[in-house]
Amino acid sequence: MARSIIHLPPTARAGEIVAVRVLVQHPMETGYRSSSVGEPLARDIIRTVECRFEGESIFAAVLHPAIAANPSLAFFMRAMRSGTLTVEWRGDNGFAHSDRATLQVV
Amino acid sequence: MAVIACAVVAGAMMLTAGMSVAFAEPTKSPAQRRSGFVDMSPALQAMQRDDTQNPAWLWLKDGEERFAADCTRCHASSQLRDVATRYPAFDAALGKPVTLATRINLCRTRYLQRQALAAESDELIGLETYLGWLGRGLPIAPPRDPRLEPARAAGSRLYQTRFGQLDFSCAQCHDDNAGRRLAGSTIPQAHPVGYPTYRLEWQGMGSLQRRLRGCMSAVRAEPFGYGSDELTALELYLAQRAAGLPIETPAVRP
Repeated sequence: MARSIIHLPPTARAGEIVAVRVLVQHPMETGYRSSSVGEPLARDIIRTVECRFEGESIFAAVLHPAIAANPSLAFFMRAMRSGTLTVEWRGDNGFAHSDRATLQVV
Repeated sequence: MAVIACAVVAGAMMLTAGMSVAFAEPTKSPAQRRSGFVDMSPALQAMQRDDTQNPAWLWLKDGEERFAADCTRCHASSQLRDVATRYPAFDAALGKPVTLATRINLCRTRYLQRQALAAESDELIGLETYLGWLGRGLPIAPPRDPRLEPARAAGSRLYQTRFGQLDFSCAQCHDDNAGRRLAGSTIPQAHPVGYPTYRLEWQGMGSLQRRLRGCMSAVRAEPFGYGSDELTALELYLAQRAAGLPIETPAVRP
């Protein structure tokens, strides 16, 4: 089972720009390597990451081979109201994982 | 260069002559001991320092949950703060020293009647990382247990023994040439302060024994097995050699 960590400040002032950092456990096997006995290792990567705030898409990315294992992404968002941030990772071999964090606008 | 090398050896001999302990003394005085952290790039240091960027936290969180589910029947985390500073330690029932990873598995088989976790499995690494993190900042404090002395002396001998087709001992790199370069990398003093460690080369977490086995493969020797008496003896000696350095778990290394 995959594990992930979302980091964002627990509270923010209205209109403040906050940094969001998301980290997920994934091998990100490129598909270009071979095993210790010479067999090709099939590609196994995360293809897409999408972040929604209260259902509204605020950040999305397409990932490729040659991105390190356990990819970490960082982006900024403007905190307008309190709500829940949902992050969804999808990838090869039916990989699907999501995690959420709450932001409190004070 | 030969003159400088002689001076260093002479200095080391004077240091050992002044102390009377059963096992071979570390060649570095406590003030000279350096964690590999100080030789890393600023970017990697920042990655280790910032808990929100350190990928080892993915395993640490897993270990924390596993500890809360299984281990809190007997242990409170507050009582185990220093556990990582004092392992390997002597296990009376087995009659030999055991590493922290072995100790976790002994707890599982003896008291929980569960299967031992596989070496280097995410579950075992997670628990070990959590226990290491509890002791972060505390100095490594190997127990003064006379029953450990034979194994510690054996570890010291192994550290000095040449291995493999390349015929290198641990000491030749990590004592004689620490701080110099091996290709693009600075040779560290090899103090096991941050294990289990997130290593970029591994793209994941690994234990001290994985690292020791990696060094043995690198000199083209057949590595000792996980949990073997030899690796435990080496861990014991390395802990003594690094005594006093603060624990950094979960560390990040290149």
